[in-house]
Amino acid sequence: MRHSTRRGLLAASTAATAAAALALAGCSPSAPAPGPSGDVTNPGFEPLTSIRLQLQWLPQAQFAGYYVAQEKGFFQEEGFTDVEIVPSGGDIVPQDALLAGDVDFAIAWVPKVLGSIESTGTELTDIAQVYQTSGTTQVSFKSNPVPTVADFEGKRIGSWGFGNEWEIFAAMAAEGLDASTVSITTQGFDMSALLNGDVDAAQAMTYNELAQLFETVNPATGKLYGPDDVDIVFYEDTQGAMLQDAIWADTARLAEDPAYADAAVRFLKAVVKGWAYTNEHVEEAATIAYDAAVAGGGYPVGPVHQLWQANEVNKLIWDGGDFGVVDANAWARTVDGALTAINQDGLHLITKEPPASAYDNQYILAALAALKADGFVVPTSYTPIQVELTEGGR
Amino acid sequence: MRRALPWILGALGVVAVAALWELYKWLGPADGVVLGATAGQAGSGFRILPRTGDLNMPHVWDMFERLAAGNGPGTPPLWLSVLAAMGVTLGCAALGLALGLVVGFALALLMQRSRIVEWGVLPWVIVSQTVPLIAFAPIIARIGSQIDRGGFPWPGWLSVAVIASYLAFFPVAVGALRGLRSPDAIHVDLLRSYGAGYGQTLRKLRLPASVPYLLPALRLAAASAVVGAVVAEVSIGMPGGLGRMIIQFAQSASADPALPYGPVFGAVVVGLLAAGSVALLGLVLRNYRRGEAVA
Repeated sequence: MRHSTRRGLLAASTAATAAAALALAGCSPSAPAPGPSGDVTNPGFEPLTSIRLQLQWLPQAQFAGYYVAQEKGFFQEEGFTDVEIVPSGGDIVPQDALLAGDVDFAIAWVPKVLGSIESTGTELTDIAQVYQTSGTTQVSFKSNPVPTVADFEGKRIGSWGFGNEWEIFAAMAAEGLDASTVSITTQGFDMSALLNGDVDAAQAMTYNELAQLFETVNPATGKLYGPDDVDIVFYEDTQGAMLQDAIWADTARLAEDPAYADAAVRFLKAVVKGWAYTNEHVEEAATIAYDAAVAGGGYPVGPVHQLWQANEVNKLIWDGGDFGVVDANAWARTVDGALTAINQDGLHLITKEPPASAYDNQYILAALAALKADGFVVPTSYTPIQVELTEGGR
Repeated sequence: MRRALPWILGALGVVAVAALWELYKWLGPADGVVLGATAGQAGSGFRILPRTGDLNMPHVWDMFERLAAGNGPGTPPLWLSVLAAMGVTLGCAALGLALGLVVGFALALLMQRSRIVEWGVLPWVIVSQTVPLIAFAPIIARIGSQIDRGGFPWPGWLSVAVIASYLAFFPVAVGALRGLRSPDAIHVDLLRSYGAGYGQTLRKLRLPASVPYLLPALRLAAASAVVGAVVAEVSIGMPGGLGRMIIQFAQSASADPALPYGPVFGAVVVGLLAAGSVALLGLVLRNYRRGEAVA
């Protein structure tokens, strides 16, 4: 066991974290300093012990790191007695729930929150960019190939809508293509639109819908569809790629409430540990996520599907850099895409640069520094495993 | 024999639907029927009949076979999960129906008592049903979570029940109002000539007279409560019930086409149970059911 568990030393770890946050705040000009006024032994606030995290979808291995942190007691190690992970999957919009004060932190895609920030004039801060690369793809059958973004024109392109479509338009805008020539068709949460030929290319996350496709029996061969049957446009390889799952916090509350800023750093420490565990024990993490989803009254796709998902999201998280630190280039690419993308109705996602407070690395850097001080080694890369998919993910 | 006939006919009806499904699947065109399609253009035209492949129309026996299978090794069979979800949804719908009955009947009593109240309230009762459930549900959930933060625990199922009651109270209020108003003027005058007050007139005349109107209204309300509960579960994201199960299984619909029919069957059974409980109530109140009106 190389995690240094420090149960009972809550005060010390809180103080150390706060000190690290303070030290880092000194070299971050953009954001207000979180934490106490400098008195390390007496932080001057009551540390938060109970927080709520809003997910952006139903419980599944996409969120394995948080469930692992819950299951393995990493939140307790950072001084939280009660962490509630709130699923979405209905009409709950994570950034709205965060702004309404229903939850303390929320997981959401960057472009969706940028759209919310501009349209509502509110402020939220990306405190950790969990997924460093985009997991969105556009998949088509080899029999009716749409192998590149340049082939989109004149085709029926599937998307889930609800802000999931902007990478398509950003990628097309970057290639100088006219979005009004594609017809965007709303697809369901399964792959039947592609299988039925209702769309020429369907939107699919590497970690979810792509697996659903490869869990489907090809009626022509009687075997499961495989990568050889399809062409896949990975948005990560295009200029349209946008940053996805990030942890968002309330900007004003970070600035005004030192207990919240302190909780943000401790929360991120536990999250880093959770995802690090998911990196090193992908099968166990997938099982934990599946069990948590079932225990929460959910009906997730089977265990094999969850293992595929945990494996794929690990690839998006561990791209060689530091966990959760917003890469300025990827951020700029996301903002550029959001500014230039014009949808089929001629609308923009955002029309001006987001405020500087839209992301702030100081909290994740403080968390990583505190973990390093604890002797915890955070991985930076991931060695993928081979997952053999089964029919229906069962 | 006379007793058994409705049951036999009901069962035959179910078999007929299954037979029709299989017949169309067997005889229908593989790509369904689409009007005004442009050749070579994916997804164009207006579809009037579905495709018949296993992906879009799984065999009826596959649906039942799927009910017996689990989600993977060591997981419970589907029918067991469906049964548990049915329990959750039925509970929410029943509570919603009870709330709707109380609120709807109270409104009907008030409206019957005073024309002013009727003029003031009835338009709002009708307008209330034009508010889309998906707009209304998150508001209830949000108010609930704010009450929760205030110290009083507000569980998700209570939000679902309140939303179900929002659909259920409407037919009750309208039906009960008509029922309470249904006694002829000569009957009301007779009681007045006996010197009966409001309470006595209500007990002896208006309540019994309202039963033939109330029972059909309750049947509508029970069905609405079930629909409301399922939609509310989806909308506020409450786990455990049929609504969540349907939306989550929809994700697997292409890879496991028979799967989503499990909770659909569950919802049908819950609806039948809800309507059946109203029929039981009708048995209890059978003395008052002379000349039942259509709501």
